[in-house]
Amino acid sequence: MRAVPPLLISTVVAASGCSGNQSALDPNGAPAIHIEHLIIVIVIICTVIWLLVMGVLGLAILRRRDRPAEDPISEKRLTTVVSAAVATTVIIIAGLTIASFYTTRGIGVPEDAALTITVRGQQWWWQIFYASSGATPGFQTANEIHIPVGQDVHLKLESTDVIHSFWVPSLAGKQDLVPGRSNGLLLRAEKPGVYRGQCAEFCGLQHSHMAIMVVAEPAADYERWAAAQSGNAVIPAAPDAVAGQAIFMAKPCAACHTVRGTSASGTTGPDLTHIGSRQTIAAGLVETTRGSLAAWIADPQTLKPGNNMPMVPLTSAELQNISAYMESLK
Amino acid sequence: MTPKDNREIRDTAFDAAELERRLAATWTTPPGLLGALSTVDHKIIGRRYITTAFVFLALGGLLSLLMRLQLAQPEARFIGPDRYNQIFTTHGTNMMFLFAVPVMQAMAIYLVPLMVGTRNIAFPRLNAFSYWMYLAGGLLLWIAFVLDTGPDVGWFAYVPLAGPQYAAGKRADIWAQMITFTEVSALAVAVEIVVTVFKQRAPGMSLDRIPLFVWSMLVTSFLVILAMPAIMIASTSLILDRLVGTHFFNPAEGGDALLWQHLFWFFGHPEVYIIFLPAVGMVSTIVATFTRRPVFGYLGMVMALIATGVLAFGLWVHHMFVAGLPRLGESFFTASSMAIAVPAGLQIFCWLATMWAGKPIFKTPLLFVIGFIVIFVIGGLTGVMVASVPFDTQVHDTYFVVAHFHYVLVGGAVFPLLGAIYYWFPKLTGRMLNETTGRWVFGLIFTGFNLTFFPMHILGLRGMPRRIYTYQPEMPWSGLNMFISLSAIVLAAGFLLFFIDAIRSARAGATASANPWGATTLEWATPSPPPSYNFAKLPLVDSLEPIHDDAFLPAAIGLRVDRRELLITSVVEAAPEARESSSGDSIWPLWAALATTVALIWSIFSPWAVVWGSIPVAIALIGWFWPKDVPEDDS
Repeated sequence: MRAVPPLLISTVVAASGCSGNQSALDPNGAPAIHIEHLIIVIVIICTVIWLLVMGVLGLAILRRRDRPAEDPISEKRLTTVVSAAVATTVIIIAGLTIASFYTTRGIGVPEDAALTITVRGQQWWWQIFYASSGATPGFQTANEIHIPVGQDVHLKLESTDVIHSFWVPSLAGKQDLVPGRSNGLLLRAEKPGVYRGQCAEFCGLQHSHMAIMVVAEPAADYERWAAAQSGNAVIPAAPDAVAGQAIFMAKPCAACHTVRGTSASGTTGPDLTHIGSRQTIAAGLVETTRGSLAAWIADPQTLKPGNNMPMVPLTSAELQNISAYMESLK
Repeated sequence: MTPKDNREIRDTAFDAAELERRLAATWTTPPGLLGALSTVDHKIIGRRYITTAFVFLALGGLLSLLMRLQLAQPEARFIGPDRYNQIFTTHGTNMMFLFAVPVMQAMAIYLVPLMVGTRNIAFPRLNAFSYWMYLAGGLLLWIAFVLDTGPDVGWFAYVPLAGPQYAAGKRADIWAQMITFTEVSALAVAVEIVVTVFKQRAPGMSLDRIPLFVWSMLVTSFLVILAMPAIMIASTSLILDRLVGTHFFNPAEGGDALLWQHLFWFFGHPEVYIIFLPAVGMVSTIVATFTRRPVFGYLGMVMALIATGVLAFGLWVHHMFVAGLPRLGESFFTASSMAIAVPAGLQIFCWLATMWAGKPIFKTPLLFVIGFIVIFVIGGLTGVMVASVPFDTQVHDTYFVVAHFHYVLVGGAVFPLLGAIYYWFPKLTGRMLNETTGRWVFGLIFTGFNLTFFPMHILGLRGMPRRIYTYQPEMPWSGLNMFISLSAIVLAAGFLLFFIDAIRSARAGATASANPWGATTLEWATPSPPPSYNFAKLPLVDSLEPIHDDAFLPAAIGLRVDRRELLITSVVEAAPEARESSSGDSIWPLWAALATTVALIWSIFSPWAVVWGSIPVAIALIGWFWPKDVPEDDS
């Protein structure tokens, strides 16, 4: 069998899970909340202005015309009214500029963030580096960031290829990842949850399918997760997973992917050491299940056309075993 | 006076009928294919330019319908990512470079010489050349698109995505070289307009008697001259990076990816005003005619045009608020971006005051102006929103911005343009557009536009990024996207009706008189459509409204009628200074454009094209400028 049946692919696509809450109007982090307040203020002021202008426009075109148009008194009055309107515009503009400036100051990256995470954009996935802290050594993961709730997190944003933009609207505004530069972004979640985001700068064929999940959890849960992630991959026990590991190492898979604790140490694709523990695969494309893993491995170009993972020819049994192995990498 | 002058044939020597016959013999383009290809008549070239631009509008509109088809449902498979990226890139590039800028310049090519009362545009052969270059650039883009090699890196072509490493093939080069074509043609027209306005105004048309549309085109032309070099440097550097291996934009070799963005937006933001300012001039013209009074605050309007033009160069960084520039510097650009709302607001207030004080006549052009105010004020206010750095970090590169700039560009430029077409159609063709159909066109486009683009604000705030070819079913966007796609059909129906009306009326519309609207600018004091020489006798301008009872005061100039001659006047007072000959028809601008086209397209493939390709260009230019043995005189 060359590929999984199209039915399975369509089922996988239709049943995929995590939407999170990807909305600037549903803020759950301090920066996003500050910005939402500013958005509300500006939108209300602008709506009032628009309604006033429309009111004047309506009156201007529909009013009864019983006075002569060109008499000098009305010209003078027009001058006064127009001047007043321009002065009002200047005052409102100045006020909005100052409000904007103070909000900007409130969402800058603080010097003393509790945690610093490096996010490196690639076509079309997110490579994530956690530095070592205390007893936990540093580690690498992909497409899913875990952060402790209620703490300032400093994201260092870099890119290995083209420009991407990190945007998880429920937590913060966006910031570009520019090759040759390192940008910073303050990320902070006020309550636990999964927050979805996606690349916001056009980055090529699969710009549409470059999502990222931010999992905010209590500090203790976060520490447990980080400790688990920093370790090597679990050694598979189930027979199909054991067989899958052998196939993984023998096929081209290991040339591009790393599974820490094994001979697989490729660096082109995402680190798969704990892929089974991530909520989604292929940068938020589908929920991680054995079925979706099988569909992805069998034919990555149908699910995400143009992405950099080639189709590796596998028999049906090989596909099942590799999927079982991937799923076991919790 | 030399004795030779006695043998010259001056316009003062004949009665009206004989003068018109002799002028027509001197100025009229000969019939036939060679005449059509050689003409330098600004009216023929202007009409050609306008028609071509509207063809590109229709083609770009078809692309937008394809995008709406794909986005109506999540994970739709009508169009794959590769084709979709070509579609949105070509849509944006086409609408900005092949429709919006050229159509505004085209209106100016037709109208400015008539409105300032001269017989042809300055540098008429350059004008012919600019049209051929524009046409060639448009064909380059569209033929590439049809052949599935259309640009796919966005109309902004950010590096490194558009650089040699990530954009294989020739798609990005076609984009960059198409820019060169449109730059050349836009710069040529801008120079013609500036010279026409400064040196060819009818006697007496001092600076404070220039019609507002002409003022707006003058400011626009300066913007073109000052902004285009930035994109010229950018696109040339990109071609060098791609073709000969320079590293202007390669960070690994000391280049800088953000340099591209600075250069692109230093052009790209003034570009918005290059499109918007002519529309402002059209609105002022229409408002004055259909409220039966001059626009309130002439001086303020002119100052607002100039202020907008100056401020336009201090805003470009607001396109880069999330690129990681220093926050303090960004705050400066917040202030400058918001400040441009002041001249924009002043103009809106002046139009409202004019309507308040005047007696509005609700013909189709004025309906489009009212629609313009309703929509453009929304676009201006969302512009204030995205000028705020924190606000922008949430909506930048989302559908909110797609909504914003369509409100600004369609509301701010296309609505006035459609109004202008309804207004000047009689002058362009000699026939009227249908008033009843015009109301339907306005109703459909106004309704369809708002239903299509307003919901995009909400989609953007709810997290939908731009330039995605699809989205996943679990995202809460499919309902609004379906609604938008259905609304786009209403919008498209409005444009379809407009095109039908325009084609039908051009052939069989009611015949137009010289001044069907009772307007007061000079173009209405000559027949519809105007004769090849524009005016039998040049007008004498005594006020901002030089037409009285559909005629102007004729000036006794003494221009020769046996060869093409123009009157040159002074910059400030428009006092007569000299007689100047105006170029005759010539096929050489076409040859020069063809030679340049060959050189430019060849240079996508080989740097040697710049060397060898310049030889035919030089030959064509020698033919173009070959002396005719006509003595210049400047009495």
